[in-house]
Amino acid sequence: MKSILAVLVSVLLAACGGQWNNPYPAGDAGQAIFYTAFTERPKHLDPAQAYSENEYELLANIYAPPLQYHYLKRPYQLVPLAAREMPEVRYYDAQQRLLSADAPSQTVAFSVYEIHIKPGMRYQPHPAFVPENLHLSEAALRPVHTLADFAHTASRTVTAADYVYQIKRLVHPQLHTPIAGVMSEYIVGLKDYAAELQQAVKAHPAGFLDLNAYALPGVEVVDDTAYRVTIHGKYPQFTYWLAMPFFAPMPQEAERFYAQPGMQERNLSLDWWPVGSGPYYLSENDPNRRMVLRRNPHYQSETYPVEGEPGDAATGLLADAGKPLPLIDQVVFSLEKETIPYWNKFLQGYYDASGISSDSFDQAVQVGVSGEANVTDAMRAQGISLSTAVATSTMYTGFNWLDPAIGGSSERATKLRRAIAIAVDFEEFVSIFANGRGISAQSPIPPGIFGYREGCAGRDTYVYDCVNGEIRRKPVAEAQRLLAEAGYPNGVDAKTGQPLVIHLDTTANGVGNKSRLDWMRKQFDKIGVQLDVRSTDYNRFQDKIRRGDTQMFYFGWNADYPDPENFLFLLYGPQGKVKFGGENAANYSNPEYDQLFMQMKNMENGPARQAIIDRMQEILRHDSPWLWGFHPKNYVLQHAWLHNVKPNIMANNKLKYWRVDVQQREALRQQWNQPAGWPLALSAALVLLSCIWLWRVLQRREEG
Amino acid sequence: MIAYLIRRIFYALPILIGVNLLTFALFFVVNTPDDMARMQLGIKRVTPEAIEKWKEQRGYDKPLLLNSAASGTDKMTETIFWQKSASMFVFDFGYADDGRNISREIAARMGPSLAIALPTFLIGLIAYVSFALLMTLFRGTALDIAGVALCVVLMSISGLFYIIGGQFLVSKLWHWVPISGYGEGADALRFVLLPVLIGVVSGIGSSSRWYRTIFLEERSRDYVRTARAKGLSELRVLFTHVLKNAMIPILTGVVVVIPLLFMGSLLTESFFGIPGLGSYTIDAINAQDFSVVRAMVFLGSVLYIAGLILTDISYTLVDPRVRLS
Repeated sequence: MKSILAVLVSVLLAACGGQWNNPYPAGDAGQAIFYTAFTERPKHLDPAQAYSENEYELLANIYAPPLQYHYLKRPYQLVPLAAREMPEVRYYDAQQRLLSADAPSQTVAFSVYEIHIKPGMRYQPHPAFVPENLHLSEAALRPVHTLADFAHTASRTVTAADYVYQIKRLVHPQLHTPIAGVMSEYIVGLKDYAAELQQAVKAHPAGFLDLNAYALPGVEVVDDTAYRVTIHGKYPQFTYWLAMPFFAPMPQEAERFYAQPGMQERNLSLDWWPVGSGPYYLSENDPNRRMVLRRNPHYQSETYPVEGEPGDAATGLLADAGKPLPLIDQVVFSLEKETIPYWNKFLQGYYDASGISSDSFDQAVQVGVSGEANVTDAMRAQGISLSTAVATSTMYTGFNWLDPAIGGSSERATKLRRAIAIAVDFEEFVSIFANGRGISAQSPIPPGIFGYREGCAGRDTYVYDCVNGEIRRKPVAEAQRLLAEAGYPNGVDAKTGQPLVIHLDTTANGVGNKSRLDWMRKQFDKIGVQLDVRSTDYNRFQDKIRRGDTQMFYFGWNADYPDPENFLFLLYGPQGKVKFGGENAANYSNPEYDQLFMQMKNMENGPARQAIIDRMQEILRHDSPWLWGFHPKNYVLQHAWLHNVKPNIMANNKLKYWRVDVQQREALRQQWNQPAGWPLALSAALVLLSCIWLWRVLQRREEG
Repeated sequence: MIAYLIRRIFYALPILIGVNLLTFALFFVVNTPDDMARMQLGIKRVTPEAIEKWKEQRGYDKPLLLNSAASGTDKMTETIFWQKSASMFVFDFGYADDGRNISREIAARMGPSLAIALPTFLIGLIAYVSFALLMTLFRGTALDIAGVALCVVLMSISGLFYIIGGQFLVSKLWHWVPISGYGEGADALRFVLLPVLIGVVSGIGSSSRWYRTIFLEERSRDYVRTARAKGLSELRVLFTHVLKNAMIPILTGVVVVIPLLFMGSLLTESFFGIPGLGSYTIDAINAQDFSVVRAMVFLGSVLYIAGLILTDISYTLVDPRVRLS
C-alpha cells in the first residue's frame, strides 16, 4: 500500500511540472548513466562461448583481454589493454632454434608470445571471491535467487594464471567455443588437451572439472604477471584474437562457484553472470527487461587516449585526454523489440544514441547533392548529430561453384557469371533498399582493411569502367554480349532453345522482402535471364548450403579482425562448405588462389603482401564466384549531451570513453516532454456532459 | 460435485498427452535437432562436432519416439519424446536451450503478463457490459444506432493500429506515460496504464456487440414483460432481472479465459516491452527452443482445461437448476 501511495504521490508531483513519460526511476536523475537498448537477449555471456555482436556489446565492457583496438586512430591498430605492452613474439624452427623476427614463414615452426600483464588489476566485486561461498550447502542456497542475495562479495588481483585458465576453457568439453577448432590448429597441445578433458568428463560426468589438473604444453605461466603461448608456425593474426573476450582472464573460483549444486536451477551461471576485470560489471541481468552495467570500483588501469587522428582535437575528441576511464558510471540496456518505441524514446531524449531504421530514415537523414548524409533540420534543431562508418562487413550473393550450370571455371560459366555481375546493379540496390547506407563492393575486402584500394585502382575491371576518375558500371549491352558468348543469346540456351533459368535461394520472404526480390528479378530481366526465387526457412536454407544444393544465395560476413585474411579465407578452397564444412559457402576453388592465400596469410602488412592480395583479387574478379554486393554503412545518431563518440567498427569496448552531460540532458528532456493537460480536461468535460445528458434522458423516459 | 471434478481431471490427462504428442510432432516435422543446434550455435565457425556435442548435452541425440537400439521399457523412455515430456506432468519444465530454468522464467514472467491482462479483463468486462446495457436501454434510438455503428468501426480496426496510434497520441504527443518498458513493483503502474487502456478500447467493438445481443435476447423474454407490467422501471428491469439472467452466456465466454490471462499477449507485450509470457513464447518459437515451446503449450492446455472446469462450476453458482454430477 505504501509503495502504491508513493507512486501516486510521485505521479502527482510529476503533474506539477515533471516528465510523466520518463521510463526510468526517479533515483536515476542527475547520475552519469548512459541509456541504450537491446533488441534481442544475448545467448551467451561466457567469454569462451560468446561470439555475436550483441553479446560483445556487453562482454567487451566487462572483460579485459590483453589487447584492444585504439579508440581514435585509423587504420585500426592494436594497443595494450590488460597487457603492459604489446606481446613479444619469438620465432623458432623445428629444432627449437631461435629465428630472427623477419624469418620467412615457412622456416618458422613455432611462435612464442610472451604477454606481460599490468600488475595490480583487480576483478569486479563478486561472491565467488568469498571463500565460504565456494562450499555452499543446500540450506545456505535456499534464500538465494539472484547474485544480489549473497551478503558478501570480494575481489582479488588478476594473475597471469587466470589468462592461462581461460585459454584452457576454450576446449572445455561442456562449453561450445566457436574458435576451438581454429585455436586447436595453432596452440601447441590444445587438441590433445581437449581429448584428455573429454576422457575426464566421460569418467566423471557430474561436478566441477579442474582444468588445472591437466597440462597444456602450449600455454605456461611465467610468473604472476606473465604467461607464454606457443603456437604452431607463424600466425600474425593471433594478436587480433588476443583483443577478443576469448582471451580475457577467468578466475577459477568463478567456475567453482557456479558449478555448485543448485546454482543452475537458480539461473546462476557464468553464462549469465560474468566475472570480469574490465571497466564495468553486470549488476542487473534481466534479459526480459533490462541489463545494467555498473562501474567496476577496482578498475584503475586505464586513461583516455592522449592522441588520435588529425582533426580529433578540433572536434573535441581529445577533451578528456588523460582522464581515468570509464567516464560513465552506469549503462542501462533496455529491451526494445520494436523500432517505433525505440525511435520515439530516442527523440524524447530517453535514449542517448540510436541507429536508424528504414521507417525513420527520411525523418532523420537528408542526403545532399554530392551524396553526403546529414541530419534533417528537425534533428539538427534537437541538437542530434550523425556519425557514419563503413562496416567491416560484406553482403554478397554467392554462385555455387559446384553447380554444373553456373559454377566452375569453364569459359562459358565464367562469362555467364560476369554477365550477371554487370546486370545486377548494386549501386541501385543500396540507393533503394538501404537508403544509400552502403558502398558497392569490388572484392570481398571492405574499406579500412589492408589490401583495399580506393577508386579506379581498386575496381573490378570486369564489371566497372573508369570514367573521369570515377568508377562506372559497364553497360547492360556488355552483359548481353558476354551472355551471348556464353551460349545464351538473349537469355536463351543456343543449344536447346530453352530460356535460361537461374535459381536464387534465400531466407527472405513475406511482404517486406517482396520488393527486393522483385528488384532482383528485374535485374536478370535486363539480360533476358529468368530468375527463380526459392524462398525457404532458415533451416532448409542452411541445409541446402551445406549440401551444395543451390545455384545462387545471399550471404554475409562480419570481420572477426581487420585483416584481409579474415575475408579472403571465405574463398579459400580447403574452406569449402560441401567438402570440408568450412566457411567457403560458394565452394570456390582455384589452385593458384589457394597457393597465394597460404603465402599471404602469414605475412606482415607491406608492399609484398599488397602485391599478392592484388593478384588474388584479380583472380577472384576474373572468376567472379560472388556478386560482390556491398559493404554496409553504419549510421548512428546521438544527442548533443553525449560526448567522445567516434565510430569504431572493430572496438566493442567503446562505452568507457563516452561522456554524458547530465545537466544538459535533464534540461532538454524537461523541455521536450511537457505533458499536455488539455486532452485530460477535454475528456473529463465530455464524460461529465455525457453523464448529465444521459441522466436527463433517462429521467424523461421514466417520467414519460 | 467433487466426483465430477475428479472425473474431469482424469479426462484431462489423455487430452494433455494428445496435445503434447501433437506439439512434438508438429515441432519436429519442421525442425530437426540439428536445425535446433545450428540455430543456437549460429552460422560462423560451427563444426559438425559442435552440433553433435550440443545435441548430446541437451538430450537431443536420442531417437524421437522409439529407441530400437534399447531394450525393455528403455525403448520408450530413452527417446526425446519421453525425456522431454514425462517430467512436465509433475510441472517440472526443465531447462531452456540457453540453460535457463523454465519454471523460474515462467514464475518471473507471469506477474507482468497478469499486470496487463487482469486489469484489461476486469475493466474491459465492466466497460463492455455497461456500454452494452446502455445500448440495450436505448434500443432503437439514435444512441443505439450510433453505438452499434461505433462498435462496427472499432471492430474493423486492426489491433496493431490501436497500439501504434495509442503510443503516438498518449505517449509521443501528450507525454502522459512512458511509450514502452516495465517497472519494478508499484512503479509498473505507469507502464501498464497505456496497454490496459488500449486493450480495453480495442475490445469494445466486438465484446459490447456480443453482450448487447445477449441482453436484447433476455429483454424479449416473458419474465421481462411481466416485470414491466408490474410497473418496474426500465432501469430496474435491466439491472435487476436482465443482467442477472444474462449471466450464464456471459460466464460461458468470460470464465474460460480467466486462467489464460496468465499466458499474456504476444503483440501487446512485444510493442510495450512487457517481459511477460506472451513474448517468452514467441521468442522461443523464433529461437526453435522446443523445451520452452512444449512447456508453454502444456501450460496453456492445462489452463484452458482449468478454465472449462471453472466455467462448469460457475454455472452452478448463477443458475440453481444446474447440478454437476
